Amino acid sequence: MASPNPLQRTTPIIHLPLAILAALFLGPMVWLFATSLQPREQVGKVPPELLPSQYYIVEGGRHLYVTPPQPVGSPKLLVVPGAGPNRGEQLLVEPKQFQNGKLTQAVRVADRVEEQSFDAALVRPVPADAVLVKEWLLSKYAKKPARVFYVARADVKSEIKPVWGNYAEAIKALTSGEKDKGRPLSELLGLSVFPWTKNGAPGRTITFLTYLSNTLLVAFLGVTGTVLSSALVAYGLSRVQWKGREALFSVTLATMMVPFPVLMIPLYSVFRAFGWIGTLMPLWVPAFFGSAFNIFLLRQFFMTIPNELSEAARIDGCSEIGIFFRVILPLARPALSVVALFHFLFVWNDFLGPLIFLTKPETFTMGLGLQQYQSQNGGSEHHLLMGASALLVLPIIVLFFFAQKTFIQGISTTGMGGR
Amino acid sequence: MSPLERRKFVTGVLFSSPWVIGLSVFLIYPLLAALYYSLCDYSVLLPPVFVGFDNYIELFQDQLFWKSLWNTSFFAVGSVSLGVVVALTLAILLNSKVKGLAFYRTAFFLPSLMPMVAGSILWFCMYAGQGGIINTLLAKIGITGPAWLSDPAWAKVAIIFMAVWGAGNSMVIFLAGLQDVPMSLYEASIIDGANWLQRLVNVTLPMISPVIYFNVVMGIIGGFQAFAQAMIMTSSSGAPEQSTLFYVLQLYNVGFMDLRMGYASAMAWVLFIIILGLTFMATQLSKRWVTYDR
Repeated sequence: MASPNPLQRTTPIIHLPLAILAALFLGPMVWLFATSLQPREQVGKVPPELLPSQYYIVEGGRHLYVTPPQPVGSPKLLVVPGAGPNRGEQLLVEPKQFQNGKLTQAVRVADRVEEQSFDAALVRPVPADAVLVKEWLLSKYAKKPARVFYVARADVKSEIKPVWGNYAEAIKALTSGEKDKGRPLSELLGLSVFPWTKNGAPGRTITFLTYLSNTLLVAFLGVTGTVLSSALVAYGLSRVQWKGREALFSVTLATMMVPFPVLMIPLYSVFRAFGWIGTLMPLWVPAFFGSAFNIFLLRQFFMTIPNELSEAARIDGCSEIGIFFRVILPLARPALSVVALFHFLFVWNDFLGPLIFLTKPETFTMGLGLQQYQSQNGGSEHHLLMGASALLVLPIIVLFFFAQKTFIQGISTTGMGGR
Repeated sequence: MSPLERRKFVTGVLFSSPWVIGLSVFLIYPLLAALYYSLCDYSVLLPPVFVGFDNYIELFQDQLFWKSLWNTSFFAVGSVSLGVVVALTLAILLNSKVKGLAFYRTAFFLPSLMPMVAGSILWFCMYAGQGGIINTLLAKIGITGPAWLSDPAWAKVAIIFMAVWGAGNSMVIFLAGLQDVPMSLYEASIIDGANWLQRLVNVTLPMISPVIYFNVVMGIIGGFQAFAQAMIMTSSSGAPEQSTLFYVLQLYNVGFMDLRMGYASAMAWVLFIIILGLTFMATQLSKRWVTYDR
């Protein structure tokens, strides 16, 4: 059917601006995932490369991945000194340094450098067109030293191969290095009522998994809390006629605009007085007391549910709380999932809250852990930073593809995103 | 109150009780406490000592305060105006039966899902002066890129560009607004012989002006709370030359680094008043040009 609206009748030319814009928007995302799969040496290469590629030499019929080849430059000799600081190592030296089975080498003695000679054995001469490659060790935490090879340039090949190990490495790198004080989970949550959470693991290293489980705990408790409490309050503000309802609703609306930074200092002292600083409690307990925005959203939705349904249930002898759980909540599932999704996104993306309230590494959330890693290690290891960032965004992208409708509906009806 | 009214009152209060507690403990009390602290010397470790308006007097003479206010205003106005233009353009381009609509919409929307921490790290790496992808690509087309995050003149602009990258959120809202514009208006304008541009200016924009207004207000409020991007990309000092020292960053430094919580509370209340003022101003302005009748 032809559209009656000429604004909606499009010419193929519209694809040109759209494609350029799509490239601009997707570009950084693609770059994120591309570099997160590249070996360290490939990141920052000029000109930049998109596909991860690794150099390899063939050793014993297998591909041995190596660092980018460095030209040797001029004919050199590979020797093994029998004494001196490099005893037993393979050294690449200038031909004039090695004469008559003696290697002349600059050696540091106390605070000065002097030339010394050692007995050395020649392994083989290395021609000028040879290159130096090192065994590519994924982890800087590897225990063994990298093996060094001097081979012909033609023997070093490259192939397109993503370094999946970057993610494992990123997870390792995020380790704050500190040991868990062995505080039981119950204490981190600020609870002592769950006996099964009493077993802390003293000395356990804090890892990405610690951060992940903290984030998921805060998200799970927070989502449960905000959905339940906001729905209860929204019910009270929309489906029960009582004196003071309008006043409370007006106050609720008025407080929607109060930004968190305005409240953060007194909230800090409130939580401090409660003894919650250093636990995850400030991040999830308040969710059990509703939030202005979610209450507003759910109230608007509850208003659209016909009153006859409640009346019918009431006549059948259903209590008010029964109507809430058995009539209203099932009907409000789309709105509840919007609230749940947005709260999850909020927790996942929150940074300022964790930064202020979480003081101990064993309580850090993912975002905070990642930021701490970045601020301590500067901008040196882009591939690991990208790997960790990719891990942070991946769950959200997956979630988006599964719950696309809820995302789009939620944003277009509420005008709010996850931040 | 009749017994029925009383019963309804009790029911209503019971249902609303979590929020009554939450509102008092986590919102109204902190808001008033901040006002009180702002009149005190307070370091969280010791009880507050009343000092009158000293904090405010010092604040208005504090160069860093004015600097952070300027930086934040620049960022908020820049990111919101550019963001709204981009989001609106994207929405108008997509508000047609273009092939691959779902793909484009996803492409524009995905970046807005990026957690702020991850996004900031990504852009931090991309902006890197040496070997950063952005300058490398610019060099390819013959442009020598600035030092971005290490150049005081460009650091804020760099952070604005990153914010505009997340305009997909607003785009979705605009798209929903555009789809609500009644077709009959377009039909009428076509009969009147309006061209593409005239329809855009005289039909589309007035009809979605409430949505634009809403986006601008929310954007400005959000922009004034910018924190994580500056903290991550340019450290908490707002380097270089404090050009990215945003208001909340300075508030955080004063309150949680220097432990001058009274002074920080004064900053918090000034922020609150600015946001209230801006919202009020926007509401007044909107009466002039926002079309609400449909």
